[in-house]
Amino acid sequence: MTHRKPVVSVLYYTFLIALMLVYLLPIYLLLLTGFKPFDQVDLKTMWNLPVGGLYIDNFIAGYKQLAPNIDNSLKMVIPEALLSALLGSINGYLLAKWKFKGSNLLFSLILFGMFIPYQSILIPLVKFMQSINLYGDLPGLVMVHIIYGIPITTLIFRNYYAGISSEILEAGRIDGASLLGLYRYIMFPLSAPSFAVVIIWQFTQAWNEFLFAVVLTNQSNWPVTVALNNLAGSQLVQWNVLMAATFMAALPTMLVYIFLGRFFLRGLMAGALKE
Amino acid sequence: MSLKFKLNIPHLILSVILMAVGISAIFALSKIDLILFEKNFTSIGILLAALIFYSGIILIVMMFENETLLSISLLFPSVVAVAIFVYGFIGWSIRVSLSKWKGLTPDFTWVGLAQYQELFKDPRFLIDVRNTVMFTVLFIAGCLIIGLTLAILLDQKLKGESIFRSIFLFPMSISFIASGVVWGWLMNPATGSRTAGINLIFKSLGLNSLISLWHSTPQPWGMAFTVIPAVWMLSGYTMALYLGGMRAISDDLREAARVDGASEFEIYRYIVFPMLQPVTLSAVIILGHMSLKIFDLIVALGNKDIRLDVPGIYMWVTTFDGTNYAQGAAIGVLMLISVAILVIPYLVQNIRTETEL
Repeated sequence: MTHRKPVVSVLYYTFLIALMLVYLLPIYLLLLTGFKPFDQVDLKTMWNLPVGGLYIDNFIAGYKQLAPNIDNSLKMVIPEALLSALLGSINGYLLAKWKFKGSNLLFSLILFGMFIPYQSILIPLVKFMQSINLYGDLPGLVMVHIIYGIPITTLIFRNYYAGISSEILEAGRIDGASLLGLYRYIMFPLSAPSFAVVIIWQFTQAWNEFLFAVVLTNQSNWPVTVALNNLAGSQLVQWNVLMAATFMAALPTMLVYIFLGRFFLRGLMAGALKE
Repeated sequence: MSLKFKLNIPHLILSVILMAVGISAIFALSKIDLILFEKNFTSIGILLAALIFYSGIILIVMMFENETLLSISLLFPSVVAVAIFVYGFIGWSIRVSLSKWKGLTPDFTWVGLAQYQELFKDPRFLIDVRNTVMFTVLFIAGCLIIGLTLAILLDQKLKGESIFRSIFLFPMSISFIASGVVWGWLMNPATGSRTAGINLIFKSLGLNSLISLWHSTPQPWGMAFTVIPAVWMLSGYTMALYLGGMRAISDDLREAARVDGASEFEIYRYIVFPMLQPVTLSAVIILGHMSLKIFDLIVALGNKDIRLDVPGIYMWVTTFDGTNYAQGAAIGVLMLISVAILVIPYLVQNIRTETEL
């Protein structure tokens, strides 16, 4: 592309920058509102910059609104992401490297589970969780997220392991390693990137998830999405505090995206089934 | 299937111990509750005990030196979990949808397809269908057009490409709920002195004709505005899909076309776009299945406003507020059917191409 005229480049940039500003508008509003002192919060001046410095009172108020729920979300998401990754890794290894008759069909059947609308399993799920006493609390929600995460975690690991040459495994096999030995000494040490992708993916998914959370937990165990939605629907909270709380609720996954974005992107791409 | 058995005494002893511990723990927990930190952990305890028992079984299977058998046994827990939680529960939902279960006590009296017939006569459900169709069409069109535009722009090898790419993608990391809450304020419909959000920007720029009621516009067009936050979230994803497809087209091919005198526009028209068709198909399937089950975004944006109702919300309200389980199950099953029609051919084709490799 050496022959592009400068005018064209300027046009491209203008257009891209304009679009970028539109994309950043919601975050700009969250930050802008959050940094204002309470007495400058007014709908009429909502786009004005804060006068006389930045204040973080809103963020503190927003955090206070959601603190127990952020805590609940963390307690739920961390074990969920780690266990999901472990399970997905073993499944992915077996389905990529130990194919048996019908293993492709089995894989498709597992994969279908990631597309279903969860409303179609919700009633049995609630009744089942009630009957085994895992209803209302976080361990039950963790279990549900792990189980419905099996398709995507298996998919990501399977695609990754399929790309590792079978010759390495053959070599290990000649040295006398068994199925589990090959996993333990060859595949597992090579899996760090995939573990990062899956852990980040499951973390983001579970943090952002709403339906299971609202249906399966009672109020004291609400994760942050449910609490935020409740806050937004109530008339008691000022909109500036709501904006700051929204920012707090979105912050963990935004940080993950900012610092670990490339792993996040790979999880996204795997969701389209194409590498 | 060869079943060579190689006895390994320490493993055998260990597996017997594991199985015994597992079984007795399951027995004990079925009699007494396990309370930790004032919470009931009995079910988790039983699950752990079952895992201990299962690891004993795995140790025995390992002695058979048959790797297919071992592979199947290791997949077993996941397969059982998916079989129950996906397929078993779908079956159960279908059964509920064929009953007249209303109220808190289950009632499995067979009523055939009566629940479905009722739904298709229910004005609220028909609005849901209309809303879903409108949302799906506009959402897919919006994501494809904006995603492709962004991808073409970023394909020009401009400086700072990665920064732009990251910014267009980042809304994907935010939850539908948080997006719905912010966009609810941005798309504030209040007028006069209460004007706020984007309308306030339009007003101060003198663009009064652009001031809109957004998703409070009278139906059916109010629903169209709920697509804006959804496109904001997923057009970057579509861009990434397209960009991946464009990067897979070799530079040699484009260079050859250039040597033959093709303009940049013609290169896109005759080379790039035709090669991106599979990407478009993937994008339509992925975006389509998301929009058919759209739920949390509309909850946060519309606050259960009946005019912005979608099947996902109706199912939730019918089941858990109205305790009409049979009707709720029927809505869930219809949602599943709509997604299955879209996704199953794609899954089948995906597996076929893979077996050919």
